[in-house]
Amino acid sequence: MSAAPAYSEDKGGAGGPGEPEYGHDPASGGIFSSDYKRHDDLKEMLDTNKDSLKLEAMKRIVAMIARGKNASDLFPAVVKNVACKNIEVKKLVYVYLVRYAEEQQDLALLSISTFQRGLKDPNQLIRASALRVLSSIRVPIIVPIMMLAIKEAASDMSPYVRKTAAHAIPKLYSLDSDQKDQLIEVIEKLLADKTTLVAGSVVMAFEEVCPERIDLIHKNYRKLCNLLIDVEEWGQVVIISMLTRYARTQFLSPNQNESLLEENPEKAFYGSEEDEVKGPGPEEAAATALPARKPYVMDPDHRLLLRNTKPLLQSRSAAVVMAVAQLYFHLAPKAEVGVIAKALVRLLRSHSEVQYVVLQNVATMSIKRRGMFEPYLKSFYIRSTDPTQIKILKLEVLTNLANETNIPTVLREFQTYIRSMDKDFVAATIQAIGRCATNIGRVRDTCLNGLVQLLSNRDELVVAESVVVIKKLLQMQPAQHGEIIKHLAKLTDNIQVPMARASILWLIGEYCEHVPRIAPDVLRKMAKSFTAEEDIVKLQVINLAAKLYLTNSKQTKLLTQYVLSLAKYDQNYDIRDRARFTRQLIVPSEQGGALSRHAKKLFLAPKPAPVLESSFKDRDHFQLGSLSHLLNAKATGYQELPDWPEEAPDPSVRNVEVPEWTKCSNREKRKEKEKPFYSDSEGESGPTESADSNPESDSESDSKSSSESSSGDSSSESDDEDEEKGRSSESEQSEEEGKRKKMKKRKTVAEGHREGSSSDEGSDSSSSSSESEVTSESEEEQVESTSWRRKTPPSSKSAPAAKEISLLDLEDFTPPSVQAVSPPTIVSTSLATDLEGLTLTDSSLVPSLLSPVPGVGRQELLHRVAGEGLAVEYAFSRQPFPGDPHMVSVHIHFSNSSENPIKGLRVGTPKLPAGISIQEFPEIESLAPGESTTAVMGINFCDSTQAANFQLCTQTRQFYVCIQPPVGELMAPVFMSENEFKKEQGKLTGMNEITEKLTLPDTCRNDHIVVQKVTTTANLGRVPCGTSDEYRFAGRTLTSGSLVLLTLDARPAGAAQLTVNSEKMVIGTMLVKDVVQALTQ
Amino acid sequence: MIHSLFLINCSGDIFLEKHWKSVVSQSVCDYFFEAQEKAADVENVPPVISTPHHYLISIYRDKLFFVSVIQTEVPPLFVIEFLHRVADTFQDYFGECSEAAIKDNVVIVYELLEEMLDNGFPLATESNILKELIKPPTILRSVVNSITGSSNVGDTLPTGQLSNIPWRRAGVKYTNNEAYFDVVEEIDAIIDKSGSTVFAEIQGVIDACIKLSGMPDLSLSFMNPRLLDDVSFHPCIRFKRWESERVLSFIPPDGNFRLISYRVSSQNLVAIPVYVKHCISFKENSACGRFDITIGPKQNMGKTIEGITVTVHMPKVVLNMNLTPTQGSYTFDPVTKKVLTWDVGKITPQKLPSLKGLVNLQSGAPKPEENPSLNIQFKIQQLAISGLKVNRLDMYGEKYKPFKGVKYVTKAGKFQVRT
Repeated sequence: MSAAPAYSEDKGGAGGPGEPEYGHDPASGGIFSSDYKRHDDLKEMLDTNKDSLKLEAMKRIVAMIARGKNASDLFPAVVKNVACKNIEVKKLVYVYLVRYAEEQQDLALLSISTFQRGLKDPNQLIRASALRVLSSIRVPIIVPIMMLAIKEAASDMSPYVRKTAAHAIPKLYSLDSDQKDQLIEVIEKLLADKTTLVAGSVVMAFEEVCPERIDLIHKNYRKLCNLLIDVEEWGQVVIISMLTRYARTQFLSPNQNESLLEENPEKAFYGSEEDEVKGPGPEEAAATALPARKPYVMDPDHRLLLRNTKPLLQSRSAAVVMAVAQLYFHLAPKAEVGVIAKALVRLLRSHSEVQYVVLQNVATMSIKRRGMFEPYLKSFYIRSTDPTQIKILKLEVLTNLANETNIPTVLREFQTYIRSMDKDFVAATIQAIGRCATNIGRVRDTCLNGLVQLLSNRDELVVAESVVVIKKLLQMQPAQHGEIIKHLAKLTDNIQVPMARASILWLIGEYCEHVPRIAPDVLRKMAKSFTAEEDIVKLQVINLAAKLYLTNSKQTKLLTQYVLSLAKYDQNYDIRDRARFTRQLIVPSEQGGALSRHAKKLFLAPKPAPVLESSFKDRDHFQLGSLSHLLNAKATGYQELPDWPEEAPDPSVRNVEVPEWTKCSNREKRKEKEKPFYSDSEGESGPTESADSNPESDSESDSKSSSESSSGDSSSESDDEDEEKGRSSESEQSEEEGKRKKMKKRKTVAEGHREGSSSDEGSDSSSSSSESEVTSESEEEQVESTSWRRKTPPSSKSAPAAKEISLLDLEDFTPPSVQAVSPPTIVSTSLATDLEGLTLTDSSLVPSLLSPVPGVGRQELLHRVAGEGLAVEYAFSRQPFPGDPHMVSVHIHFSNSSENPIKGLRVGTPKLPAGISIQEFPEIESLAPGESTTAVMGINFCDSTQAANFQLCTQTRQFYVCIQPPVGELMAPVFMSENEFKKEQGKLTGMNEITEKLTLPDTCRNDHIVVQKVTTTANLGRVPCGTSDEYRFAGRTLTSGSLVLLTLDARPAGAAQLTVNSEKMVIGTMLVKDVVQALTQ
Repeated sequence: MIHSLFLINCSGDIFLEKHWKSVVSQSVCDYFFEAQEKAADVENVPPVISTPHHYLISIYRDKLFFVSVIQTEVPPLFVIEFLHRVADTFQDYFGECSEAAIKDNVVIVYELLEEMLDNGFPLATESNILKELIKPPTILRSVVNSITGSSNVGDTLPTGQLSNIPWRRAGVKYTNNEAYFDVVEEIDAIIDKSGSTVFAEIQGVIDACIKLSGMPDLSLSFMNPRLLDDVSFHPCIRFKRWESERVLSFIPPDGNFRLISYRVSSQNLVAIPVYVKHCISFKENSACGRFDITIGPKQNMGKTIEGITVTVHMPKVVLNMNLTPTQGSYTFDPVTKKVLTWDVGKITPQKLPSLKGLVNLQSGAPKPEENPSLNIQFKIQQLAISGLKVNRLDMYGEKYKPFKGVKYVTKAGKFQVRT
């Protein structure tokens, strides 16, 4: 045996000494004596000491193996070459060994010592290669050797060897599952490895050996997330799919509160609920007291996973893209899932097998999240050259995506498909049309008509399919189909396809009650032509006759008897049989068979309407992208995707002692430090807090929202609670005062904010709390004002003074807010008339003219003159829009000052710039003269100040209107600490920082005014600040969730510097402009 | 994961098998043949077939079926992606992925498969690493090998696998250092009867051929990177740089590879370079029909459109076609597929190419309901139809001056005209 390393560096070796130790085993020759002759030449070649001959022999042997021929009898001759110096010979011997070792275990053992030596080699590649082959030989006897080798390799210096060790683990496990415990130890060790090379392989081993030991992942979770992008593609797929399962067990559902609470998902990132787990008793009790209202906050680790997988959507590997897509589908908040659509659509350009799998998954996703793929509808259009299986899947997706708005285009597409040469595809198209018709009521008749036309198609398959679909559609609404059946009845004269004739007859028979007059006539015609009909039609004629006889025996008794006697002498015995059988059933005979009494039940039993639904419905209980999902059946070894837990398990298990991945763990620790502080204050100020905050939130039961929680946070944040307790009522009063003043000021619009300066100058905390209250109360106010309006419906022109009084009365009962304090009428009379001159026709100018107070006052959308009596105003309510956190919610106030009621108020087809979308308000059926009402609509401005143009339709007219948001309304406040603020600000420097110097006028040199001015200009949240003359505000843009940080550094003598940090430079610049304008005016 | 692989040709012969775990009998392929029979068309064989004990995942490439045997749950795309990678590797090594090439190089194929998968899990799939492990066959080398008895297996040990840039092999040396980029854009479109565009988008790729010594660090920037709507990257590209600066920064693999592929979506108006006038009609109750198509240039940015080919799948009832082209030549396969192919060549705007004539139909058969759709191929040199332009290529990390070049081509992708 040569002592040279298995992978020798030195070339040649031709003519090296043979390996006498292995010798020729006579016993083995005996065993295979029958085959001994067959491969004699090969054996000879292997026995020579010429490498070229050996190589030639090995090549021939490998070619035999490749073709599936048995070469096992050469085993002894081959195995002794395992230590050959020629690399290629050696490699081919390995190939042979791995293939046949299982069958020749005893002889295979001869090679083991070579590998054992290889394991000790100084060259890492040789160590790895030896381990690889050793572990691939499926010989149970060497299990202990393998175990030892794996353990050793797992702590090897070289990551490549460790990777090979990870690969060897599942091999050993499949050989001997008793080794599981020991193997898990090795896996645990390798999971802690920090190199990208190992990560994929060890997770693979984990998945095969112990997928249930989720606890092993905790400590490595963050590391895996951070390494992910650098792992090779195959490893990425495995890791992502494992992390999907992990996340499902460890985090809370990001969509759980959807129906209960609207929560800005971006904001949630900054909160944390760790305190609940860690905090001492009292808080916990307080927290559990209101479980239903506990807002959802995303675990930072959950966010980490989503953030780190997102770039992989741009991988070149379809498998990785699909893995990320399924991760997002299963784990991401609803609003964020959309990002995967684009990448999945990209995969549709790939090989047809990839298309097939992707389309299957898209079909499942499109049922649940239709909106996601709607923009890509056209990418699913079908080409005549697509394979049929792809066509049918695309059709499935198109059907799922069809909705009220796009159905015309979809149906037009379908029309093209119906004429295809591929008849299977045509049949599927007809079914798809049927499904569209059932899902979308509006087009049901169009579809039915189209399908009826198809009945005259020449292709039987098409006709049969259409009839089936028509039948299904008719069964769904049995009351209305008289017309179509009549139409079908008329068609019997023309349609010659027997299948279609038969189907029509069935339909007429089934619903003969709905066409009482036509049915007997059809029977008459059919009786006339009975002998000339095809068999299948004849059978249905008998069927029809029987049914008619049962329902309308007076008219059809003779006809039926005629048909039955014709059938009795038919050539076809099936028809003769049927006739005899039917006669016995329906015609009461003397014997009075028990059956004939129930004939009606037998023939005219109500048949259940077939259900037309996608075969992909509910497939998402399988993990998407998995084999099981594709087959719609559980595959062997499929790991069930667990449901979200009710309560989040302890997140601290993922903390790693050494802050290696500093960023996130640091942040978390800090948060942990901060948290108890917050919860303490909450606990202490408990009674008063709850006393004045709870009723408020109860009264606004549906306004929940971030503003409320931010008000809670900011008030709890005040440094000295004692004082706050005392002041809370006081400050409320003062606020009220201020508000009332502001209201007056509003009436006289341009007066400026001087009065405000006289109001109580509270501490930071009180002013900030008052501000947040402002936002939270706005909706309440809206509601109030509308209800108040309903109570007093007089025409808007009459006596504003009287109204003012009533308003003040009301104020005594309910705390008013700064915003929109003035009742609508006043705005519409005073403010709106003031504005009349300014606005003219171009309503898009309005916001910029009003920029000092946007987000507060109502602005005109449609003047009552232009609107022929319909006046429409809108206001930005600063409430999160229910249903979509990316939308700005806009309160639209309609008032009818015409003589006639306005009916059918709704939004007509919007023509929106790319990215902008509108959630329409529900149609307002009627607005009586003099009445007014308010509706809420959501607009996703896509972080731009582009105007959203849409039509406002009444039954008679359409008005083109547009809403242009002031930049300040495109964001929502976020709460953050000073440190966080500084840190985030540090990240957003350079291009992202916009600074402006300004001089504050005397009127706004105090805290209260400044804060108020800034927050009215922009929907930002105040950030607590250590120094007195610095103000900080933070928010996030609604659509992209980019941070907007605003700092105002007020220096003595009115000089000030305004800094805005935001990724969105445009927004930053505009915001600076607006705020400067607001402050300097 | 992947248990075994069978390679099957179109006539149903299993000509290669490879097992990474215990041997799975060839008889498992019977399920595949069954499905193949049912599907009638090779394209319609379902990629995933469930059998009582195994799952078969297959791809169809270059008239070959790659059938893999799976025993447990695995993402199907993982396997499909891998099989395609195997086919790509064969293509790369032998110039074609055909039965003959594989049979001729069966030992190399076997060695490759052995390296690519370990116990069913992919090990080395990067072509740079594989080429270091197993040298691709060349005529010269095979002659030398047969004389000297040396082998195709690399005698140096692969180190690429160990580095953190596994896609590049170490110690690359060239006398001429070159870096070429091909920007290839394909127009996918569906044009309806009236000539209006139902759907159009541009699918682009940048293929690179990089022959640079050492460890060059390249960065490629575009004049108008915002055009790229959706991009997928070769793993060598630094994602962060792209996110922040829209610059492609990478240490390239050696040789040919696909740097990025991208999509310019239909929202930006896609220019359609050709139009087709067509008049195809079949008369009721007569055994003939008319066929008349004319192609003309449209929005071609002043470049010549060349390499035009029109492929039409005629209905089954068409017996023969009697056509006269004004330019190029046409073939019609009346027996099996009923495919009409018209090789047009270049368009000269002075005289638009047209193809006119009669269609003979099977007498007595009903006339076809649908006119066949026209699939069009064309090519425009030196133009990226989306307007994408490479700005500059910079190299860091090496001293020499490389020779750089960018080429633009626009082609028709899945370009279909409905008639």
